[in-house]
Amino acid sequence: MRIPCPICGTRDRREFTYVGAALPRPSDEEWGAGWDDYLHNRENPAGETRDLWQHEAGCGAWLVVTRNTVSHAVLGAELARGATA
Amino acid sequence: MRIAGRGPGVRPVSFSFDGRRYEGREGDTLASALLANDVALVGRSFKYHRPRGVMTAGPEEPNALVTIGRGAAATPNTRATVQEVFDGLEAFSQNRWPSLDWDLLALNDLAAPFLGAGFYYKTFMGPRGWWERVYEPLIRRAAGLGALSGRPAPERSEKAFAFCDLLVIGAGPAGLTAALVAGRSGADVILADEDFRMGGRLLAKGAEPGPEWAAGILAELESLPNVRLMPRTTVTGAYDQGTFGALERVSLHLADPNGLPRECFWRIVAKRAVLAAGALERPVAFRNNDRPGVMMASAVRAYLHRWGVVPGKRVAVFGNNDGAHVLASELVAAGVNVVGLIDSRHDVVPSGDFRVWTGTQVCNAHGRKRLEAITLRTPVGTERLAVDCLAVSGGWNPSLHLTCHLGGRPEWQRDIAAFVPTPGAVPGLRAAGACNGAFTLGACLSEGRAAAEEALGALGMTPKAVDLPEAPEAQYNITPLWSVPGKGRAWLDFQNDVTVKDVAQAAQENFRSVEHMKRYTTQGMAPDQGKNSNVNALAVLADATGQTIPGTGTTTFRPPYSPVSIAAMGAGAEGKGFAPERFTTSHRAAVGMGAPMIEAGLWYRPSYFPLRSETHWRQSCDREVQMVREAVGICDVSTLGKIDIQGPDAAALLDLVYANRFSTLKEGRVRYGLMLREDGFVMDDGTTARLGPEHFVMTTTTAAAGPVMRHLEFVHQVLRPELDVSMISVTEQWAQFAVAGPKSRELLNGLLDAPVDNDSFPFMACGDVSVMGVAARLFRISFSGEHAYEIAVPARFGEALFRELVARAEGLGGGAYGMEALNVLRIEKGHITHAEIHGRTTAGDIGMGRMIAAKDCIGRVAASRPGLTDPDREQMVGLRPVGDVKQLTAGAHLFDAGAAPLRENAQGYVTSACFSPTLGETRALAFLKRGRARHGEHIRMVDHLRGIDALCEVTDPVAFDPEGGRLRG
Amino acid sequence: MAELIASRPAAGLVPVRIADLSLTEESFGALTSLSPRRGAEGALGAALQQAHGLGWPAPNRSTQTDGARLIWFGHAHALLIGPEPAQGLREHAALTDQSDAWVALRLAGDGAEDVLARLVPVDTRASQFETGHTARSLLGHAHVSLTRTGDDAFLILGFRSMAKTLVHELELAMNSVAARKGG
Repeated sequence: MRIPCPICGTRDRREFTYVGAALPRPSDEEWGAGWDDYLHNRENPAGETRDLWQHEAGCGAWLVVTRNTVSHAVLGAELARGATA
Repeated sequence: MRIAGRGPGVRPVSFSFDGRRYEGREGDTLASALLANDVALVGRSFKYHRPRGVMTAGPEEPNALVTIGRGAAATPNTRATVQEVFDGLEAFSQNRWPSLDWDLLALNDLAAPFLGAGFYYKTFMGPRGWWERVYEPLIRRAAGLGALSGRPAPERSEKAFAFCDLLVIGAGPAGLTAALVAGRSGADVILADEDFRMGGRLLAKGAEPGPEWAAGILAELESLPNVRLMPRTTVTGAYDQGTFGALERVSLHLADPNGLPRECFWRIVAKRAVLAAGALERPVAFRNNDRPGVMMASAVRAYLHRWGVVPGKRVAVFGNNDGAHVLASELVAAGVNVVGLIDSRHDVVPSGDFRVWTGTQVCNAHGRKRLEAITLRTPVGTERLAVDCLAVSGGWNPSLHLTCHLGGRPEWQRDIAAFVPTPGAVPGLRAAGACNGAFTLGACLSEGRAAAEEALGALGMTPKAVDLPEAPEAQYNITPLWSVPGKGRAWLDFQNDVTVKDVAQAAQENFRSVEHMKRYTTQGMAPDQGKNSNVNALAVLADATGQTIPGTGTTTFRPPYSPVSIAAMGAGAEGKGFAPERFTTSHRAAVGMGAPMIEAGLWYRPSYFPLRSETHWRQSCDREVQMVREAVGICDVSTLGKIDIQGPDAAALLDLVYANRFSTLKEGRVRYGLMLREDGFVMDDGTTARLGPEHFVMTTTTAAAGPVMRHLEFVHQVLRPELDVSMISVTEQWAQFAVAGPKSRELLNGLLDAPVDNDSFPFMACGDVSVMGVAARLFRISFSGEHAYEIAVPARFGEALFRELVARAEGLGGGAYGMEALNVLRIEKGHITHAEIHGRTTAGDIGMGRMIAAKDCIGRVAASRPGLTDPDREQMVGLRPVGDVKQLTAGAHLFDAGAAPLRENAQGYVTSACFSPTLGETRALAFLKRGRARHGEHIRMVDHLRGIDALCEVTDPVAFDPEGGRLRG
Repeated sequence: MAELIASRPAAGLVPVRIADLSLTEESFGALTSLSPRRGAEGALGAALQQAHGLGWPAPNRSTQTDGARLIWFGHAHALLIGPEPAQGLREHAALTDQSDAWVALRLAGDGAEDVLARLVPVDTRASQFETGHTARSLLGHAHVSLTRTGDDAFLILGFRSMAKTLVHELELAMNSVAARKGG
């Protein structure tokens, strides 16, 4: 698997660390469904997903990677900087 | 035997098979050399131990599996058709006892009526308990082919990465043409072929364009700097985004590897790929079609043209397609006694100087260890022919395996009665030539060119012209024939001993899906993965179930295409290669002091520093603890993570990642910080020092250094990109040592260029100092509970400073202490490590609930969940033994004194335990339901694994100096 | 008073010489990481140019003068190699001394690319990775910074604590490459 890092170019997946679904952090000050969804509930789609990866062994940038879980196609990667806000 | 004047090279090589010496020639495979020496019997089959001979001339060989070499170097299950001979090669047959010629388990063959498909499933059902005691040991002894030596291989293998514009898989006519077109056009090309000599089927041709044309192309390719030829390299798998796995046999053909690795497992990244893997000829199933001497027609042809070997004196050819006729003609031309051609088709025009039976099938083979005769079923009756070699062709199967590795399914092509690849099944890969169903030479050449041109177009390059040679337009007509009806056993899968009967039986027992049939009969599950049996087997299944072949479908082809040794796949990860080792600057000194080193993540840290008089680790540990409590101890703490945080918003970032507040921390001061995960549980703890208005240095635990760095980057980049803050790890920059104990300041003041006192350097102070002329950082922090400091110097001075500190400590009645003492010191003080903050504890659980400040921080909201604030949660407590049993152990469970030690009665568990020399008794830290309210209660500790049952008193976690007076002096 | 003796990260591990390949330890002055303040990339570049004659490197690139080199070092960092950083840079960047954090190895000789191909999942062939090109990647399991410093020469920066593992892995690969060239 190879991921197109927007900074370094396309690199082998072993340089990246997978973290999980790219979701916006809730702003609610109290515990509720928004936090529950952010922390626990996942769609697990057969198709396109947006995940957070860190190019940990590369430039260190956090990325949002769009990929297809059925075809394994990697459709793109962008810097996470603000992308999940 | 070898035909005079034909075959490879001239240099003779001497090798042995089952201890007998033979002569072959340079360029021979073990199979060609054995056939040249008229050795027909080379192995025994998996299940029935039937005598077997060489059947193919390539990597699909199911029968001729041998062990190469002896001792630790012995490599089992090597295909004799792939192994090159070299001087001194020792090969051994497998799966026979006591000898190949006389094999006791051949009795299985007589029991065949009872050993059909599903035999194991049906037979070894009962009685209860027999499976483990009787059946499994028995089957294990009988199962398998060759055996591993069980010892480490004496030579290493390696792994490597390669990159190219175009990967061409297979160097036959299509592959050579594709590589030539792409190479001439300037593309970066890798041409990989599993054979040691490139050319594919061109090498097995009697006429040009053949070997000479291939040699010419190869010479040009070799001269191109942008083309890399990788012979002996099997592309084993197609993976995502243009990544391919490939196994190169580097030194398996050499008598003396001379430092070369055995094999290299390549990860090749290709922008485009051309699959030109050719096709594999398939057999026809008939009774006893596994007898040594029954071979594939393509193999007979390859042995004739490439190696000058004819595997018999009286040869017959049996086929259902036009290819069989070409072989018969070529054999006659070479002067071989061709007894005749048996063609299952009726409408065939005889075309050669040999006898042809049309509409005729071979229905039985005779002879046991060597083919002696065959029986023909002609339109008018049966006929027996004396032959010692039968060349069989049931048609061809394109080698499309790689196109299925990403989930693609092949399509059935009726005119060639074969599956062909589905275009686009592997993005960026195009099949060309025989593997694409193009079975004529002309089509292979033009498909190779077209595939390269398409790839070049995709790469934005302009293809250069390449003239293709004239290839005679040979026809390929075929009428499918999968199996010849009749009594007896007719083999489909030679390697796993699966017959037509077995497949029919599977269908009869309702294992009608091809995937079920495969697993029930084990067809295609041998190391050859059914290369020459899959299509025949599913055709037989289709017939038995009344379905069409495309309706029946294929099983799933998965990587690897051919077996890859674990040694190659795991190359580099043996021994120390498994993980990097991290050494502190004091490592050498610690080892020199006799300290046993223990792993802490990737780091190595001293366990304890034994004196010569000490014979048990506890003696050292107790002494070191006492040393710190009474004098001064030195401990390397460089492994803790250190993160440099700078910028106008550094304090704001810390306020967000820590539960407690850091924006209020004064310059020159250190604060303990507790970090939560977003789900409210504790992530890590440590101290953070404020070196300047916008400059902090954070300390993490050794274990969490990486995760915390990742977390901080996440919080900054993803959650708060607007913060103006920079972070970088400085773990490696600083060597840091704890100087702990009542005499710590006295020790330091002997080293510091300007002494410190309690006013200039009170508890939790930090600042720049100069130690023996070197700029250093001093932190007055304590994990031991004593008056203590940590001093950090640039790593280059680490070893020197450690030695100096230890020497001075020893002068003051102290010395170095290791992990064991460090652990005791912190347990006495109730300080947590990841034994306590193990991922399921909250700040409240460890008595730090009030540290969560009234501000936004990671984990604050989730920490307020009812489940995380439940007063019934297990809370950290201390334990001391009060009964007869004085031993407390981490991992033990807690129960009310009167309760049975069962799961449903569990009240908590022990996380850390030690003997406290300071208190003269065992002490433990534990989590106990409502523990903080239960100090003074008696509780039962049971370690079910070690059989320890101790009565304990619940105490405050801080067992020593609860007021903390010792820190401040 | 006695002096603290400095020790080198790869002391006792290098030089390694196998056939035409060599692995040696580089000795630089200071290593300083620079991380621009928010919005200060331009100003930092100008200050660097003025103070050290170095331009701010694009991703995967390095810039160089006679005595100094500036290597792109990640999404937010560059590493200044050689001179002590001019104090004026602090106005525009977070500066962190990393002089002791990295072991600096020079891998040189015919076949150096082949050695790296056994350990690094990046295409380091000269056609793709020219002199002055740099990458953050892995060498085996270890995080490294890799820069081509010449036709047959690379600068490998690895964690100081991992020096032994890095040298060991490189040595194995060097042996392998040398054996192939000899064969």
